[in-house]
Amino acid sequence: MYAQLVKSEGAKPREEMTAEEIAFQDRIDRGEKIEPKEWMPDGYRKTLIRQIGQHAHSEIVGQLPEGNWITRAPTLERKAILLAKVQDEAGHGLYLYSAAETLGVSRDELLEKLHSGNMKYSSIFNYPTLNWADIGAVGWLVDGAAIMNQVPLQRTSYGPYSRAMIRICKEESFHQRQGYDIMMKMASGTPEQKAMAQDALNRFWYPALMMFGPSDKDSVHSVQSMAWKIKINTNDELRQKFVDQTVPQAKYLGLSIPDENLAWNEEKGGWDFSEPDWSEFFAVIAGNGPCNEERLGARVKAWEDGAWFRDGLMAHAEKAESRRRASRMAAE
Amino acid sequence: MSSEWPLWEIFIRGQHGLNHRHVGSLHAPDAEMAIRNARDVYTRRNEGVSIWVVPSNSITASSPSEKGPLFEPSNSKVYRHPTFFDIPEEVGHM
Repeated sequence: MYAQLVKSEGAKPREEMTAEEIAFQDRIDRGEKIEPKEWMPDGYRKTLIRQIGQHAHSEIVGQLPEGNWITRAPTLERKAILLAKVQDEAGHGLYLYSAAETLGVSRDELLEKLHSGNMKYSSIFNYPTLNWADIGAVGWLVDGAAIMNQVPLQRTSYGPYSRAMIRICKEESFHQRQGYDIMMKMASGTPEQKAMAQDALNRFWYPALMMFGPSDKDSVHSVQSMAWKIKINTNDELRQKFVDQTVPQAKYLGLSIPDENLAWNEEKGGWDFSEPDWSEFFAVIAGNGPCNEERLGARVKAWEDGAWFRDGLMAHAEKAESRRRASRMAAE
Repeated sequence: MSSEWPLWEIFIRGQHGLNHRHVGSLHAPDAEMAIRNARDVYTRRNEGVSIWVVPSNSITASSPSEKGPLFEPSNSKVYRHPTFFDIPEEVGHM
């Protein structure tokens, strides 16, 4: 999902590759996993740091629109479920930061780049969650799109990234189901509740389609990333799969997809649909979405307000360690 | 600027009777907090019955570039595998 516009480095034809680069590409082509300390081209390392970092940032920024509703969930059970879901997202962020760290970048460096705006997170989290049905739509559509993207990434060439993806995918399906469960409740409720569900679908449909990144013809970095198997499917392939999966789910809810061009295409065995407004996508990525400032502001505030706590625990750990050392010496 | 918490490698015993297995890493100020964080990060769905935490910088790893020579002694001794020996069928299961 969550890495939409990752600049890929070091694309070159085979005849210009060094012997090391050829051997590396052959390992990937054979389906071998690349592990942290092994030789890898600099571009592979840089592109991966960018992609995994962006993915990790998306997980933790993704907590914010949902966290918004924890205190206002309609029942205690919904609240507990949402809390568990948001906690999972923190865990997903952590798995991914850990994977990125094996490439020689520190988590603090990555966070610094996020906070200073030098690294991106998914455009989807710059949209507001206005009513409770939005939490349903986010789980159903946003996590649904994420799964579409993440399932193939379990086969990615970089070992730690692949293992993080396997853990994440195991947990992600709970997220999508809890979202769809909210949508079922709302869609079968009062006319007002159903209208809220339809409104949430209307607002999240196109932003969800944007999660897969620009159309293949405008996706300049895909080729190298696919050769390295850090990207498995093209943006348009995944988007098509997502639409094909989601249309019947919306139908079951009795909700309509906000696209008058939506039509079954017998020949391709899939749905034809309207492209999202790509100028909106690029504007949101560039920082001009409805919530960019709020999201980044909340992240920076959490980081800065937590500094005393991080320092306090570290100071306590150091003090305890020196006490232990002193008592060991006294005993000897 | 505060300093980053040290990195810990996390090992979880999934079930009684199995080995602890490396599951990933995390940052924590000390071993005790590393165990608590590991509980929250790596065992949210009954994945474990026991947790080990080890400071990442305490781990010494073999070098990938010496993989060939390091493991050569085992590669060249095929007779260590039972399939190296042909046992006549009439001998029965062995």
